[in-house]
Amino acid sequence: MNSLTTVGQKIPKRDAPPKAIGAAVYIQDMKVPGMLHGKILYSKHPHARILKLDTSRAEKLAGVRAVITAADMPSTFRIGVMKDNPPLKTGKVLSIRDEIAAVAATSPEIAEEALSLIEVEYEVLPGIFDPIEAMKEGAMLLHEETKSNVLKLPWKLVCGDVEAAKKEAVFIVEDTFSTPWVTHCCLGTSGCIAQFDTNNNLTMYSNTQIPSLAQNDYIEALNAFGLKNKRVRIVQCVIGGGFGSKLDTYSYEYIAIRLSLKTRKPVKIIFSREEEFFATSPRQCTITKISHGCDREGRLMFREIEMVLDNGAYTSWGATTPSVMMLPISSLYKVPNVKYTAKCVYTNNTYSQAMRGYGNPQATFAIESSLDQLAEIAGIDPYELRLKNANEPGEVTPQRFKITSCGMKECIEEVVKRLNWKGKHGRGAGRGVGMASLIHVGGGARVYKSDGCGTIIKMDDFGKVDVFTGASDIGQGSETIIAQIVAEVLGIPIDDVNVINNDTDICPWDVGVHASRTTFVAGNAALGAALKIKSQVLEAAAKLLEEDPAYLDIKNGIVFSTRNKEKSTPLGKALRKAHYTLGGKMLMAEYFYDPKNENFDKEFKGNLSVSYAYGTHGVEVEVDKETGQVKILDYVAAHDVGKAINPLLLEGQIYGGGLQGVGYALGEKMVYVNGELKNGNFLDYKIPTAKDVPPMQAVIVETDEKDGPFGAKGIGEPGLVPTAPAIANAIYDAVGVRIKDLPITPEKVLKALKGKEKIG
Amino acid sequence: MKREIGFTLNGEAVRLEVEDQWTLLYLLREVLEMTGTKEGCGYGECGACTVIIDGKAINSCLYPAMEAEGRAITTIEGLVSKDGELHPLQTAFINEGAVQCGFCTPGMIMSAKALLDANDKPTEEEIKDAVAGNLCRCTGYVKIIDAIKSAAGGR
Ligand code: FES
Ligand code: FES
Repeated sequence: MNSLTTVGQKIPKRDAPPKAIGAAVYIQDMKVPGMLHGKILYSKHPHARILKLDTSRAEKLAGVRAVITAADMPSTFRIGVMKDNPPLKTGKVLSIRDEIAAVAATSPEIAEEALSLIEVEYEVLPGIFDPIEAMKEGAMLLHEETKSNVLKLPWKLVCGDVEAAKKEAVFIVEDTFSTPWVTHCCLGTSGCIAQFDTNNNLTMYSNTQIPSLAQNDYIEALNAFGLKNKRVRIVQCVIGGGFGSKLDTYSYEYIAIRLSLKTRKPVKIIFSREEEFFATSPRQCTITKISHGCDREGRLMFREIEMVLDNGAYTSWGATTPSVMMLPISSLYKVPNVKYTAKCVYTNNTYSQAMRGYGNPQATFAIESSLDQLAEIAGIDPYELRLKNANEPGEVTPQRFKITSCGMKECIEEVVKRLNWKGKHGRGAGRGVGMASLIHVGGGARVYKSDGCGTIIKMDDFGKVDVFTGASDIGQGSETIIAQIVAEVLGIPIDDVNVINNDTDICPWDVGVHASRTTFVAGNAALGAALKIKSQVLEAAAKLLEEDPAYLDIKNGIVFSTRNKEKSTPLGKALRKAHYTLGGKMLMAEYFYDPKNENFDKEFKGNLSVSYAYGTHGVEVEVDKETGQVKILDYVAAHDVGKAINPLLLEGQIYGGGLQGVGYALGEKMVYVNGELKNGNFLDYKIPTAKDVPPMQAVIVETDEKDGPFGAKGIGEPGLVPTAPAIANAIYDAVGVRIKDLPITPEKVLKALKGKEKIG
Repeated sequence: MKREIGFTLNGEAVRLEVEDQWTLLYLLREVLEMTGTKEGCGYGECGACTVIIDGKAINSCLYPAMEAEGRAITTIEGLVSKDGELHPLQTAFINEGAVQCGFCTPGMIMSAKALLDANDKPTEEEIKDAVAGNLCRCTGYVKIIDAIKSAAGGR
């Protein structure tokens, strides 16, 4: 494995050229002959009874091919993680994104006009928009069949004895932190095209992150529609951003399917930006009560967290984020005693989904802010407190994570060095530095029964390779990483590797692009398949060269003997020889990699991932005491990534994640007032622009992860996890005020500064 | 109401009938089926639809198609030379890692081109200003800025 030629290189993304010339086909660009356009009518109120729904005028509009309502869906059909969400609602609506009716028409404009002709009468009901209110005894129930608005989910983790540790701890801090609703803001909006063949088999053009699981969901839906034993094919167009938003299937997809069935035509639904804001599932808001304690030397003794999460009106994967939050809660730094409980609560808000980091950013904001508070009362430099408690290789954490490679200390040291921490921390006077670290799954995450990915490789007569992988590319670059791994193993130029990753009819199963798992899991699957086909190639070449395959290898597309220079042949020749022989064969190999990680047991313990990713972000800020404005002067993001398979793409993940984190820290918030989104556009919901880019350094800390493909670990999500607390800590260092409620707006800083003056 | 207009599109003269309410983006994407120009918002806030009109980077989603009369319009499709050679900005975006999901990329490149056509040695601030209206959710802009610098330097 030494002297790598492709792995470790800054190879440009293979899908970049079509994207850069405007030739890439996104779902927005996709057309199918005869296609109709679907549009959805949403509720006008966050909580109301539908008294009357009259679609007759819409149906009569020229160009309208179908109008559907809940009556067109099987009455018991529900979607989502808890199966609590009918794709079209009847009786009661529970949020402003509730779908009431939908239209298919010959143009989007006609479909839109038809929506305006649908008459709905509502009886407006009082709603519950605050999870704390919704938890109260006697609160109105959103879902009448449940006993409580608190979801029946068992989020509780206990490690060691927190009560006993509390008695022994010398320094204890306790506080409450909160985070807002924020949304993915993929530049390409959601959409799909549903198409049936004459036998009622479904093809779905989609931008999902979970083709194999979505296939399963749609098959269930077809069953519910009475179409048993049908085939479902998912074809992914180029995906205009994911970040977790496409980890579930949503009402609009089932609506497109239903409209297509009814009209016998392909039906396309594309979200407008407005819909993308209010009708997709964002990262939920959280309220976190945290307490931390340490001994006299600053060794952590316990961490206790109680959390409330706004689930919204229905349930998607957002409700399962506490499972991933447990990771930093139990295992970010060494802390022997841990207690964590979380409640997900139904409200009449939008409903939540996972977003890059899967709960980790919310938890890490509380943990890393609280740690700085602890360092202060213990009289220890926050960086020393972190170093003293840092995770180490070989450690088994209280939640039974087996830490293999771990570069946390190196990441902390990188930040300290590059930020000149020692010269800058603790000066106050409007300038300050702060840091925060992260732990995340870096070797898959066994959240389902399988965490696997399949790969098929075939080679043609000329030494060119097709790799069929289950792993989707959502822009992060998995296609390139997989091609690099295969090219490296087979000793061929990367241009000879073609990766096919977007069609369930030809690609093998994969659990989905989530949990920063693709490089590790799909990478290992590609590695396994490549090794398998390589041995077949060498077998074939061995016959041709009359050499023992054990002494054969491939480089630059030439098979050669490692002990006899005379014996070599171009790869293609060996392949043709194998093919054009009586009883010959085409070379093909498959490999299914399922990491040997563990599902949590009933107590939520177990080695969720084969390896863990670490990182530390450090930031220097300047706070304007007159305006409350926070300016980032310097930003260092150090990440332990195992081996960097492609530093170019890796840096891209770090910068991209980092700036999303800056948005989360300083500006982004979906403003929901009584269940209505007040800032559902890019003007009012501001994501960072080029003008907001601070001086940023991405530092790659390499550790050797023995289970990773060529030593690599995941990096997709970590980039934004520690940003917000690092910035909050820096602001505290600069001006002595701690903002505990994201985002850290100038108004909040100013208010805190005023409050401090009064006390001071 | 329909009216016939004429303009130059990627160096070629076109004449066609357009409707009053059409935007230039609609004309490009839906009528001419040139889907390289993207729609990220449809109301002038994301820059995905940027094209160059008479040397200026413009959000085509807000630009009435009628107004194209007599103008010279360049879209992302017009950047590749006749013999298939990519524009230096396209090459730089590819090589510097400035493309992730790619949805912002055509618009971003058009804004950058308008900048470099007018100013071949922009400062970092000028680059940031030029693409401030082009949102990207994936890259954190760092490599986009690098790519524009490198394309400017390579001229
Ligand atoms: S689509 Fe024109 S600015 Fe967003
Ligand atoms: S690359 Fe995805 S929005 Fe810019």
